[in-house]
Amino acid sequence: MATPNTPLWEVFIRSRNGLAHRHCGSLHASDATMALQAARDIYTRRGEGLSIWVVPSGAITASDPAEKGMMFEPAESKIYRHPTFYEVPEEVGHM
Amino acid sequence: MTAPSISVSETPLVLYTLRRADDALILGHRLSEWCGHAPMLEEDMALSNMALDLLGQARTFYTYAAAVEGNGNDEDKLAYLRDVRQYRNLLLAELPNGDFAHTMVRQFFYSAFADLYWRAMMTSSDATLAAIAAKSEKESAYHLRHSSEWIVRLGDGTEESHVRAQRAIDDLWAFTGEMFAVDDSERGLIEAGIAADPAALRPAWLGTITAVASEATLVLPGNDWMQQGGRSGRHSEHLGHLLSELQSMQRTFPGATW
Repeated sequence: MATPNTPLWEVFIRSRNGLAHRHCGSLHASDATMALQAARDIYTRRGEGLSIWVVPSGAITASDPAEKGMMFEPAESKIYRHPTFYEVPEEVGHM
Repeated sequence: MTAPSISVSETPLVLYTLRRADDALILGHRLSEWCGHAPMLEEDMALSNMALDLLGQARTFYTYAAAVEGNGNDEDKLAYLRDVRQYRNLLLAELPNGDFAHTMVRQFFYSAFADLYWRAMMTSSDATLAAIAAKSEKESAYHLRHSSEWIVRLGDGTEESHVRAQRAIDDLWAFTGEMFAVDDSERGLIEAGIAADPAALRPAWLGTITAVASEATLVLPGNDWMQQGGRSGRHSEHLGHLLSELQSMQRTFPGATW
């Protein structure tokens, strides 16, 4: 239950060394310490994580879904930006 | 119709192991009663996680107790087919949950002890007990951290939460002494290097409790009269009700599995 005393936090988990933290969900907690413990209790019950970040949801600046046309459509027609037009020499092997 | 209680030959090692198993099962059961009722979803998960940690500890201790006893009992029989007077847990573990502050203070008092105790037990000359202690210590360390954080926030929170946390400390204080008590049966195991001496851990326990209480602006009671009885089967009126629920399935349908 959301109350003014328990703001929303976003949770990021790193599952293995060398991988990046990935967003996995959100939760309510009174402060950063309790948010970290709640994240551990909710999102790592099945051995999912080696490291947790919690971030106040209010600290995130998000793009506006209403602007997705302006923001993302221009990139859709630029297929030449994908590195799929090169012949990879045999000696390079698997990339 | 109902399954009769088993009898257990309580050699010192069997009794010792049953006491630890019963502490974990009964406290874990109490915590599980919060499932679906905690003040917030996040804490519902936290309490259930702690309950499952304790249930896991109980299972390993019961299994070991059954193996040491060697009378054909197993973890299920020891948990489901012993009567109230055969239970050996601390009175602290069986006390009703009360409000959230009461549950957290009970967990705080117990976990602060358990963390020290399991750490001491990791050097037990009994390899099985030392291994169970090593696993349990990591769990208790987190239970202590989580309950400590709540004690600070409840005590140093609102006027209402402070009153409730202080009331819980006052009500539960007299049940903390039993954690450090040792009888003749356990004394022998301590001298043999199998069990740790809980009395030696009380100064460290008191240090932890005092530091957290002080940060939480809570006051520890000065009285040192302590309630005892659980270790020898003399329980409060609450345990019978708890067991009637915990055991009802196996008592009514003996050997039922699913």
